[in-house]
Amino acid sequence: MMELINRLLGRQPSPGSKDVARERLRLVLVQDRASIAPSLWGALKEDLLAVIRRYLEVDEDAVDVQLEREGEAMALVANIPVRRFRRAAGDNPE
Amino acid sequence: MGEVIVITSGKGGVGKTTTSANLGAALAAQGRSVVLVDADIGLRNLDVVMGLENRIVYDLVDVVEGYARVRQALIRDKRFENLCLLPAAQTKDKTAVSPDQMRALCHELREEFDFVLVDSPAGIEQGFRNAIAGAEQALVVATPEVSSVRDADRIIGLLEAERMPPPRLIINRMRASMVRRGDMMDISDIIDILAIELIGVVPEDEAIVVSTNRGEPAALLPSSRAGAAYRDIARRLRGESVPIAASAAQEGSLFGRLRRLLGAR
Ligand SMILES: Nc1ncnc2c1ncn2[C@@H]1O[C@H](COP(=O)(O)OP(=O)(O)O)[C@@H](O)[C@H]1O
Ligand SMILES: [Mg+2]
Repeated sequence: MMELINRLLGRQPSPGSKDVARERLRLVLVQDRASIAPSLWGALKEDLLAVIRRYLEVDEDAVDVQLEREGEAMALVANIPVRRFRRAAGDNPE
Repeated sequence: MGEVIVITSGKGGVGKTTTSANLGAALAAQGRSVVLVDADIGLRNLDVVMGLENRIVYDLVDVVEGYARVRQALIRDKRFENLCLLPAAQTKDKTAVSPDQMRALCHELREEFDFVLVDSPAGIEQGFRNAIAGAEQALVVATPEVSSVRDADRIIGLLEAERMPPPRLIINRMRASMVRRGDMMDISDIIDILAIELIGVVPEDEAIVVSTNRGEPAALLPSSRAGAAYRDIARRLRGESVPIAASAAQEGSLFGRLRRLLGAR
């Protein structure tokens, strides 16, 4: 009986398609926004490197930063070849 | 000096022209002077939605090319003398107009009208560029569907890149019964995702189809729910604060009323 009332009142746990729609939209917009703003993307890469440079010497030309879809989530995946660790943080060779 | 507002969306068929016609009629009924500019060159529509298709002599392209003065091309509405339409050309395409020409045209129009509403074509190409060129504000129309909201997001980004102030969102064709069933995204889902200000929610309404058949905007029909939503949006455009019913999506439904009666959420 209670179940019937809940259903009439629209309170049943939603089996509808809107949750699917919202999730798909969220994921596709992460991709869209990332691919549409190349300048932002460049800035992100620069800022990332600026931090990493303080600790590691990396092969900056081979740096690869991408968004990858991992199942239900988007991940920022950075592949940054490391040449060597610095002796101390901020110990810049230049 | 008046305000130039572009009505845009990215995706086609979501209700830009319907919205332009209804907001124009509602603002005029509320005593403001309004000119509707059909910027959908080659696919003119606003004239038939307004029921003014028989009166066209000159069009927007004639004006920018200097064959006609703005005054000669403006068509006065049958119902309101403070409402005019500048029709699009039907035989040219969007490259017949440049953004600079649109800017000059909108500047001229806003000297004479309180509101200049520009009905944008679908897409993000030159037609869209033209439509936004002379506008200082934008309204983005989206329906509660993945593709429409996605395109709206793209448009919002493009408007931002043009350094326009943040656009306001109109959600069109909301269906209370589908939202209740969990089969349609609701207002908060869409606002969360797009992160822009909502200026109104227009329900799916058969009166829109009927009024479009007749060439009489639904905003002028007291009984139309979509019409009422457009009248509210018009008041918000005029700076009035009209609350957007939190339950806009449930309004009018038996169960919506029942739920509220029972205090259920
Ligand atoms: N709220 C609504 N309820 C019912 N039909 C609608 C509504 N809004 C728009 N429509 C219909 O949707 C179709 C597309 O609308 P239109 O305004 O021409 O879209 P656009 O200008 O964005 O291409 C039209 O047939 C119109 O009558
Ligand atoms: Mg249209």
